Amino acid sequence: MKVDRRSFLSFVIGGAAGTALSPLPWKLMDDSSIWSQMWPWTPVPPDGEVVYEDSTCTLCPGGCGISVRKVDHRAVKIEGKKGHPVNDGGICILGLSGLQLLYGPTRIKSPMKRIGERGQGKWQKISWDEAMAILTEKLSDIRNKGEAHTVAAIAGTEGGTVPALLQRFMTAYGSPNFIRTPSHQDADELAVKTLFGASGRTGFDLENADYILSFGSGIVDGWGSPVRMFRASSLWKEKNVTVVQVEPRLSNSAAKATRWIPVNPGTEADLALGIAAVMIAQNMVDPGAVAGAGGWENQLLANYGTKKVSQVTGVDAGVILELAKGFAKANRPLALCGRGKGLVAESLRETAAVYALNALTGNINQEGGMWAIPEADYIRWPDVASDELASAGLAQPRLDGAGTGRYAGARHLLNRLADAVNGGGPYPLQALLVAGANPCYDLPDTRSVRMALERIPFIVSFSSFNDETAAMADLLLPDHVYLERYGDVPVGAGLAQQVIGLSKPVVSPQFNTRHLGETLIVAARTMGGATADAFPWDNYETCLEETLAEKWDALIEEGIWVEADIAPVADTVRLAVTDAPAVQAEGDVNSFPLLLIPYDSIRLSSGYIGDPPFMIKTVSGTVVKGKDGFIEINPQTASATGLSEGSVATLTTPRGEARVRVHLFEGIQPGVVAMARGLGHTAYDGYLAGKGVNVNELIGPVEDPSSGHDAAWGIRAKLAKA
Amino acid sequence: MKHEQNHTTPMRYGMAIDLDKCTGCGACMTACMAENNVPFKEDESDKLVSITWMRIFELNNGKAFPDTDICYLPRPCQHCEGHGGHSPCVSVCPATATDYSQETGIVSQIYTRCFGCRYCMGACPYHARYFNWWDPVWPDGMEKYLSPNVSVRMRGVVEKCSFCFHRYQLAKNQVYLDGERKVPEADYQTACTQACPAGAIVFGDLNNPEHQVHQIVKPDSENGNKSRNPRAFRLLERLGTNTKVYYLSNREWVRRAGDNYLAHEKTGQVSKPHH
Repeated sequence: MKVDRRSFLSFVIGGAAGTALSPLPWKLMDDSSIWSQMWPWTPVPPDGEVVYEDSTCTLCPGGCGISVRKVDHRAVKIEGKKGHPVNDGGICILGLSGLQLLYGPTRIKSPMKRIGERGQGKWQKISWDEAMAILTEKLSDIRNKGEAHTVAAIAGTEGGTVPALLQRFMTAYGSPNFIRTPSHQDADELAVKTLFGASGRTGFDLENADYILSFGSGIVDGWGSPVRMFRASSLWKEKNVTVVQVEPRLSNSAAKATRWIPVNPGTEADLALGIAAVMIAQNMVDPGAVAGAGGWENQLLANYGTKKVSQVTGVDAGVILELAKGFAKANRPLALCGRGKGLVAESLRETAAVYALNALTGNINQEGGMWAIPEADYIRWPDVASDELASAGLAQPRLDGAGTGRYAGARHLLNRLADAVNGGGPYPLQALLVAGANPCYDLPDTRSVRMALERIPFIVSFSSFNDETAAMADLLLPDHVYLERYGDVPVGAGLAQQVIGLSKPVVSPQFNTRHLGETLIVAARTMGGATADAFPWDNYETCLEETLAEKWDALIEEGIWVEADIAPVADTVRLAVTDAPAVQAEGDVNSFPLLLIPYDSIRLSSGYIGDPPFMIKTVSGTVVKGKDGFIEINPQTASATGLSEGSVATLTTPRGEARVRVHLFEGIQPGVVAMARGLGHTAYDGYLAGKGVNVNELIGPVEDPSSGHDAAWGIRAKLAKA
Repeated sequence: MKHEQNHTTPMRYGMAIDLDKCTGCGACMTACMAENNVPFKEDESDKLVSITWMRIFELNNGKAFPDTDICYLPRPCQHCEGHGGHSPCVSVCPATATDYSQETGIVSQIYTRCFGCRYCMGACPYHARYFNWWDPVWPDGMEKYLSPNVSVRMRGVVEKCSFCFHRYQLAKNQVYLDGERKVPEADYQTACTQACPAGAIVFGDLNNPEHQVHQIVKPDSENGNKSRNPRAFRLLERLGTNTKVYYLSNREWVRRAGDNYLAHEKTGQVSKPHH
């Protein structure tokens, strides 16, 4: 048969039409969509026996009790522990996301040593024996040269046996450089010492107060023990307690407050002192708890007249009078400070001013008031017997200068470390140990921090996660995460009681990690001599059990130990005349007409722990969109710069520059730019990395003249259309 | 027909969410994701395709600085009863993949029946339904935390809040084993209610006068279940969707945000559904 053009076309067209009219294409389409719904990679979670195991969350300083639901050996859900004195069944967004940290791809799964360039991300898995050998040989070398002081350790916290073991390791080794990451705790401890003349911390009886005056504290943004704060906030609503939030931006805390007082950024201390001056002038002061106030009062009356304070703070004189009256006349008034989550130390002037307000109302160590209580003191190990090398090292000054000279009041000044390492310090650093901290992300002016770390020849990270600092390390000795290990959790965080929680292993370790306490004990043993003698325990669990002594059984049984009846460190507040100036924002007003302030959100984890996928999913599209981070500005500021909602802009500060998108928000003062903390990670995983801008790259530390603590509340900035 | 199989009076599970207490912290959203095996992608900032059975919306009063006020509004599935179980989504589903339970008042979603036509998404006035445009993928190892109580959804189906129905099933099994008939209030609570650190969410049977949610809402069955509580309102109440999620606020502007009011209209009006 001859196939000509005509018959060929008829055949092809006829065939196509016939197939299209038949059910075949539709059937195939239908089948393929059904088959492709049944790919084997859609997981079917295996069933099993359900049990609940209780523990304590350590993802923030809050110390909440948790109840973990397990199916066989898998942890499937974290819930708040009912009846727990801190959170009574409630739980926060980070606590709920804990299993994504446990099972997530950001874990460091084994000890590793760096084989590529620093920060290149090339690692080689090694055994724990090899890893410990590298660590102890390096440290022994440095020590035997008589340079033990050139090793520093950065820890996220000081509380509990694990940080105490690290501190003890440093002491036995011979280095004075154990440095805690900065937080409002620094300013709080210093203020208690200054005002009460004794060591301790404050605790707040929030539940019984009936008038709250908060100077920027993120009551529902993660301040203190977050779940307790949420509960207190709801309790105040039920009891019609007046809550006044003083803050330049309408934060969630300001929105929940009875009244929001927008204040010029950085002038909170002036407002507090102005209110105090009104109280003194109008005789609304309880004289009981205040000593030596004569000079202080005169200084206040002279320098903080309502008119002047109104000019500085931008708060109407009438409002200042109203606040003073409301606060002084309330039955149980209480003033709080520590901006946002309290991630920055802040100035002694500000903290002391707010605590002085409390003292003036006579609420010190009273129901519904501010308490000055000692830290839980249960770690009673014998003093370290230093050998010659250790004594020589400990005799050296601290690299950050804390505790001496101008910085006599400070105990830890991590904000000064970068400068010290970059050339300003008394000696170069040869090794750095980092535990539970992420200085390459968390510290202001991260660029200079990274530069400092580049100069340190040997960095060891104990982090469980691939964070920015671990990326800069030479040796990774990953710790278990909190759901895999024992640990004592002394809770400060503004509680008016002493509370110790116990973390227990809920699941067995998922990877080849090791408890940091264990790592330190083994390291000390390997190093021998006086260092080994300071660590007499067989393993970490023995150490923990011996340390907790009579509390151990109660902690194993209840998971928590509460000392409600604590003697305050002192009852009288001594107010002294100071001439500390207000902390100013860095930068020149003419070149940088705007003010950039960071803000905290409970949906953005901003400490050592990065936002897990669940949390970043809840972040609004006006905070992060794709890879872009947003700033908040008032529409007035926007129209002055020719910007509109969503437009791209360049934000410049004296410390850096960033590409941002604009979100217009009426809840912020004209002239102020706000940016969320907790974004702009470069490490962790694709769910978090590369989204938004790390505000710490735009802000530098500003030293509090009274202590050296970082007191930066913002920085001058300018904005241009990109 | 509807009530024949029930030995007890039908229940109407519902919620009262106090917006004056809600802090917008997002714990409810996350508790829901963790409880119900809700998947996540690398980029979740396109909220149109971000699956969140419970989502928190931010409202503002539209006033300029410094009179601005904001309010957060958590939005689970509203579990509309409509008129006699005619929820907007149930009425349009060609596959009977979603149904209104006369026993519990919960609007169900059966993933294996759903063939992804998304009529229900078009019908839902609350954007409470989400389509799985992609297969869910958990990073290596993370599938360990998945709960066996809730099936993982595949690409091509619609999903939404179930009021943690699996928790009801577990609680019901338990009370039957204990020889009881009725699930006590405390034994069946949704994951968001349980997690809310502010205690803003109250969940229970709106028909049961002993349940806290009934005492707060005081539903008026003569008037389309409108609340007798002057603080309470429902979303788009005048559509007649007869939802079972009530919101509470002292602030008039917040209550006004619950529906499309004309300037001269007052809040709290319910028009009878047209049938």
